[in-house]
Order: sequence, then C-alpha cells, then structure tokens
Amino acid sequence: MFLIREFELACGENYGKGFIRGFLHLYIGQEATGVGAISALGDNDYIVSAYRDHGHALARGVDVNRAMAELFGRATGLSKGKGGSMHLFDAAKGFMGGHAIVGAQLPLAAGLALAQQYQKTDGITMCFFGDGSTNQGVYHETLNLAAVWKLPILFLLENNGYGMGSAIERVRAGGSDFYPGLATYGIPAVEVDGMDVLAVKEATELAVRNIRAGGGPQFIEAKTFRFVGHSIADGQRYRGRQEVEEWEERDPVVTFPEILIKMGLASEAQIDKIKAETTAVVENAVKFAEESPNPDPSEIFTDVLA
Amino acid sequence: MPEIVYREAIKRGLEEALESDPRVFMMGEDIGEYGGAYAVTAGFLKKFGPERIKDTPISEQAFMGAGIGAAAGGLRPIIELMSISFSLVAFDQIVNMAANLRYMSGGQISVPMVIRAPTGAGVQLGATHSHSFETWLAEVPGMKVVCPSNSYDALGLIRTAIKDDNPVFFAEPALLYGVKGEVPDEYYEIELGKARIARAGSDITLVSYGYGMKLVEAAADGLSLVGVSAEVIDLRSLNPLDMDAVVASVQKTHRIVVVDSARRTGGIMAEVAAEVQQRAAEWLDGPVMRVGSVDVPWPYSHGLEQKVLTDADDVLAAVAEGYGL
Repeated sequence: MFLIREFELACGENYGKGFIRGFLHLYIGQEATGVGAISALGDNDYIVSAYRDHGHALARGVDVNRAMAELFGRATGLSKGKGGSMHLFDAAKGFMGGHAIVGAQLPLAAGLALAQQYQKTDGITMCFFGDGSTNQGVYHETLNLAAVWKLPILFLLENNGYGMGSAIERVRAGGSDFYPGLATYGIPAVEVDGMDVLAVKEATELAVRNIRAGGGPQFIEAKTFRFVGHSIADGQRYRGRQEVEEWEERDPVVTFPEILIKMGLASEAQIDKIKAETTAVVENAVKFAEESPNPDPSEIFTDVLA
Repeated sequence: MPEIVYREAIKRGLEEALESDPRVFMMGEDIGEYGGAYAVTAGFLKKFGPERIKDTPISEQAFMGAGIGAAAGGLRPIIELMSISFSLVAFDQIVNMAANLRYMSGGQISVPMVIRAPTGAGVQLGATHSHSFETWLAEVPGMKVVCPSNSYDALGLIRTAIKDDNPVFFAEPALLYGVKGEVPDEYYEIELGKARIARAGSDITLVSYGYGMKLVEAAADGLSLVGVSAEVIDLRSLNPLDMDAVVASVQKTHRIVVVDSARRTGGIMAEVAAEVQQRAAEWLDGPVMRVGSVDVPWPYSHGLEQKVLTDADDVLAAVAEGYGL
C-alpha cells in the first residue's frame, strides 16, 4: 500500500512536470481494496482492470521501473510506451490490462475465465470495475453470461461512490448498495469494507475458494473512496471537502500500520523503514523512467499484427 | 471437380478446424441446438458437444468480448454473428479490444480469433438487417477482413483465417450461401491479403468482392458479346488490400471500374479508387469509375430494394460513361 501511494504521488508530481501526459487516474485512497484482493490470488490467476490500474498492477508485482517508464512513454515501459497509464499490461504475471472504455473489460475477463474453464486449469480471473461501469449494458450482459456458464470469475466492484463527477445515487436506480440487488443473476455477493485491507483479503480468499471449488462466479462489493479527483484534471466541484476528509480519516496507509503497531506485530521503526525503502524504490523508478530512451520511431509499425 | 454450395464450403473448413485443433471452439446465437440461422453449423452440437459449440445469450458485446478474452487466454475461438448488422452492438469489443490489444500491450497479447458474419442486402430484411460493415472494419488496423465470393475461396480462406494469429473478420454474403462452386477434394489454403484474377482480359479492369463479383462477372459476359475483353479482379481480402494486383491490371488495361454491392459512398471501393488514382494515374485513359448501391437506408419492398441494389447494368453504364465502351 505504501508502494502504491508513493507511486501515485510520484505520478502526480511528474504529470505536473510534463513527463506524464494524457489521462491519469490515481488510485490514492483505494489501496486497501487492490492489495487485499490481489493478495488472495495465485500465480495461475488472471487480473483484469479498468483505467485506474496502477494500483492493481503494482499489487500484482509488476516491475515498478517498467510501470513508471510506461507512464513516461519510454521504450523500457511495460508496453514499450504504446499503452500508457490506462493500458498497463504484464501478461507474464497474468496482469491482462488496463482497459479504458468503461465496462469493456468485463467480457474480456469472462473470456479469460472461459479459457481457464475450457483448459481445466485451476486458475480464476479477477475482474476489477467501478460503480460507474455498472450502468453499461455490457456489465449486465457479462454477469448473466458468467452465471449461465458458471465461469471461474470474481467480479470485484470498487464502489468509490462516483463515476467521474456523478455520485452513484444520482445515476443509479436502487441507490448506492449493489450486493443485495444481484440476486437476479444468482451470483453470490458480499459487501466488504474496502478501506480495511484484511477484511478485503479475507472476503476475497473465501470467494476464490468457492470459485476454485466449482461454485461459479462470485461478486464482492468493496466500499471505498478515492481521496483525489477522477483524473488529474478534476477540480472536484461535485463533492464537498468534508466528505473527503471523513474518508481520509480511514486512510488505509495510515490506519493499517497503526493496527500493526497496536497489535505488536510491527514497531514504528519497522514501519518507518518500510516507508523509506518504498520511497527509494519509487524515486529509483522515476530516475529509471527519466533516463530511459524514447521508443524508436520504427516501433510505430511493430505489434500491429502477429 | 466436385461442386458444393458456399455454406457447405465454410462448414467443411470449420469442421476440419474443430477436428484437428482442440483449442478451436465456436460461440454464437443459436449455433447449437437451432443449428445456426443460416444452417452453417447444423449438426455441430451433436458432433462436437456443448463445450465447443456454445449457444450464447443474445448479448453480442458479452460473447464478442468473451471470445477475445478466450483468445488472449490461449484458445482459438470462432464467433458467429447472426448478421453483420449486429456487429454494431459489439463494435467496441471488435475495434477497441480485438484489434487494439496486441498494440497496446506492446505485443504481449495476441487475439487469434475469427468473427464470421453473413453480410449484405438483397433478401428484403429492411434497413436494420442489410448492412455491409466489412467495408467499415477494413479501416481498422490490427485486424484482417476477408469476404470470399465463391465456394473455393470460402474454404481456402476460412482454413487460413482460423490458423491466423490475428483477429480475422470473415464476411459471408448471405445471397451466396446456396450458390454452388467447384471445390477439389485435395487440401489447399489461400493466403489472406491476395486478390484473385477471376478472368484475364485486356481492355478494362473490373474490381469487386463478395456478392459484387456476380455483378462484374455478368458485366464481363455482356462486354465480351460486344468484343470488349474485361479483366475481372476479386479482392477477396479488404484488409490487407492487394493494391498491387489492381495496379498491375490497370497498367495492362488502362481502364477501371470499381464495384461494391454495398452503398456507394465511403466504402472500400473509395479506397481502391483513391489508390489507383495515386499509383496509376498516368496509365489511365479515363476516370476511375465507381459503382455502388444507392446511398439510402435499405428499403423492404422487393422492387425498391432491387432498384437500390446495384447490378450489372450499372456496371455496363459506368464502362460506357467512363470509357465509351
């Protein structure tokens, strides 16, 4: 979680410096959800994400240097600088993207799960998506398809309360709670506190066990919050400062270390050491990205077709 | 040589792939129990079982996306759209996912899949069911688009399309499903992206693909009666587009008419015409002539639809107008 927070802060800073361009959606505030959920997966599992994908990629163990280099558009990036912030990929680690059309990643994830089912591996696919994507038709199509075919897929809804600037209550009939309304597709669903990394991990482990046991798709709704704007360009005029501050009091990057110290599982010195190490890793990644070459123009024409 | 109808040619290619490669499976609306809207997959469910012949809900986005995901996960899906008109509902998945994934991932992910769809007007299905979107899809980098005009090409191209490691959109003119053509028993493949000289000639080049080949072949017959020797080219593939074959023919005949049974404006023939103009202007004795169907929504009524659908007479009129032949 420290790593993700530091990475995202560095992204914001380097956007300001002009090293990172395009759209940039930061994961600040939602770290506990990604880290808790992905820590419950094995090597044979796939992860599919949306455009707010840095946190998921890092939680999966994607190379920090190459991730930052991708954001800088450099040749050493995960996708050689052809993907950018919204399209991070590391297929070798089962991290199958970063997808930037809202909701479009859902059927792709179902297809990966279908491949796992067809090949009779014990792998599952974890698909992250936000509350905003649930009003896309493809969300409903995919849940239905996954339920009908009993696909080994975990739908992980990160409900941060806002689709860009639209509060979910303003755009969704049925209000801001999702999990009770899923009965129509017959997919077992639970709600979890997305600010509590251990709660997310526990709920995910249970869901993953059920899927591996042949129970078909499962659904977790993580209630979470982004402390920053939708993207770097967002002035957040649609919500009050007080709401943000209330959530910030539950900042997992602060509260989780406090719990560890209180329980005697870690000392303040140990936490500080991890923090310092993380800061160094991210500083190094920025340095790596900055020093990396831009892609050769010949790269324009590669990877179009297999 | 034995003759089989177009539908049977495609069916044979699909069956071979299902028999020889366990990674190949099919998905689509009513391809299993029902046997396929155009009966291409009749009997497949019984032969290959429900794991490999998957009836889908009426959810084009979901099963198109699931096909792309399955391909990214190591399988080789063949997706049947009941009509190319329904590809619109799945366009985001086809264009943003299937065609882009390889590039966006810097080559980490490939999408070896075939999307099959009946295409074209002419059977009174009205404005929503008569589209020819292969010409739209031909513009999209990262995928291939083919449209065979006869049984021989249909079998040869479906074989290579399934073996290709890229997304291939395979458009099947609905009017051709029942048309017979010669197909040898010996195995053969046809490379994607190569046009076919359907008929050699010296006076004028007629270019088309898919159902349009019926029109240009009829026009070529008509021209031969008045002593004009037409060279007829079947593009077969819209992306990659074999412009070398077209340009070489123009260098020989100095005249060209491009024909699309889809709407006249903005389609693949606009591209062919522009390329001919750029690459072979000095060889031409007159303007590049373009023939296509009328730019209106497809009407239902038989008489109206036939008037909108371009025909061999339109091709002959263009030959006369452009070159006085």
